[in-house]
Amino acid sequence: MPDISPLLTGHLPAATAAYWPGGYWGHWAFYTTALITFALLMVMGAIYIERRLLGRMQSRLGPNRTGPFGLLQPVADALKVLIKEDIIPQPADRLVHWLAPVVAFVPVVMIFAVVPFQKGALLADLNIGILYVVAVSSLTTVGIFMAGWGSSNKYSLLGAMRNVAAVVSYEIPLVLSILGVVLIAGSLSLNEIVLAQDIPFIFLQPMGFLLFFMAACAEINRSPFDLMEADSEIVAGFHTEYSGMKFAMFYLVEYAEAIAMSAIISVLFLGGWRGPLLPPWLWFVIKVFAVFGFMVWTRATFPRVRIDQLMAFAWKFLLPLSLINLFVTAIQVLTIPDAPWLVFIINTAVMILLVIIWSGLFKVGWGRVEV
Amino acid sequence: MLAGYGLIGLFFIAVLIFSLALVVIPVVLRYLGIVPARPGGVKQSVFECGMETIGRTWVQFNFRYYYYALVFLALDVLFIFLYPWAMKLRELGAYGLTAAFILVLIVIIGYVYAWKKKALEWK
Repeated sequence: MPDISPLLTGHLPAATAAYWPGGYWGHWAFYTTALITFALLMVMGAIYIERRLLGRMQSRLGPNRTGPFGLLQPVADALKVLIKEDIIPQPADRLVHWLAPVVAFVPVVMIFAVVPFQKGALLADLNIGILYVVAVSSLTTVGIFMAGWGSSNKYSLLGAMRNVAAVVSYEIPLVLSILGVVLIAGSLSLNEIVLAQDIPFIFLQPMGFLLFFMAACAEINRSPFDLMEADSEIVAGFHTEYSGMKFAMFYLVEYAEAIAMSAIISVLFLGGWRGPLLPPWLWFVIKVFAVFGFMVWTRATFPRVRIDQLMAFAWKFLLPLSLINLFVTAIQVLTIPDAPWLVFIINTAVMILLVIIWSGLFKVGWGRVEV
Repeated sequence: MLAGYGLIGLFFIAVLIFSLALVVIPVVLRYLGIVPARPGGVKQSVFECGMETIGRTWVQFNFRYYYYALVFLALDVLFIFLYPWAMKLRELGAYGLTAAFILVLIVIIGYVYAWKKKALEWK
């Protein structure tokens, strides 16, 4: 009988396989089950939070009839889509249409494999952790493009094309703003990055956080940048022709991506599982939901951008700023490595100055964006 | 360390089976008669904007992010090379910083050229 008391007190066992009854396989079995369950539960929580928060922000109630406070609404939705008829359009490429949700869903869950929930509590402590996340997270695009192409619907194809364009553009600021964190932490392993954060990196890298947050929002198609499913232009984009469980899987992908990116943001910039009093995994969940709540807030606040604005924003705003941020951080790491508050003051000043100056280059609201 | 990658591979297989199961369960339920399956003409047509769709979807057309993709390739390869550099910067010192700066500068000249040639405009 394995000893499960550490789990109950909130102290997850470390990633060392030797700890486990059954060694390697026991470790794998526990974390595989735990990660898939975690992803699904967090997605349900995210859907509930998004609908309730959006409701509040738009002066309405949101779902509140199913169960206490509407908490069972995601469960009811899941049951509903499970028994819906699956409709495939007659001219569609049936195989691609079937495989697309699977191809989109797998990489998103794979991201959670390297996210630490506590000191050393993760499926695999890869020494290239963050590079793995960058590599795997962009694979979802393949599934989304398959959905758009396989549906044999022109609007779906347009949505998928827009998604590829957005991911290609926003990948660069995303990769660059991670580099600032890697410079300070001196490691690519997510576990090591959390351990290096005696001060959360959001203070040492305020501009890195801002750029990463915006690039991540665009990468996972959260609202100010959700052009691939812009309802007013191209029906529902790539998942117009999906129904039933396959539609639900795209819904799942969307929210699992948002949760994964929130988890990465809280690991890189907010100190991951570190925090006083509460057990570490609870701190981690709180931080993930806080970042997700911030995403919902941006969704409720900003109108959707146009496609040319989207591309101009990535290539002419985020990219130069993240390059400047990278070299400012590199110089600071070499010259003032032991003065975090000086770094904080300098970086905040640099951020405010650069954002104000660079914003002056853009004129939005009089037609096409020209820089 | 290799054991870590083995865990990732096994995790991949588990997730793949899980997501395939998610897609297959409704098929099983359809054979059990719980999920309805009544395909028909209008239901199986493609919905675009309410009108009947004209022509095929899979035709040659101009996808506009070709230039972006070219610039992306150059920049992204460079930035992946910067990862090991960023990790070891403390040991490399000022010399490493200068070297990386010159390397980035070369690519940035190309980026500025693309900007000035209006390759970064979505037309």
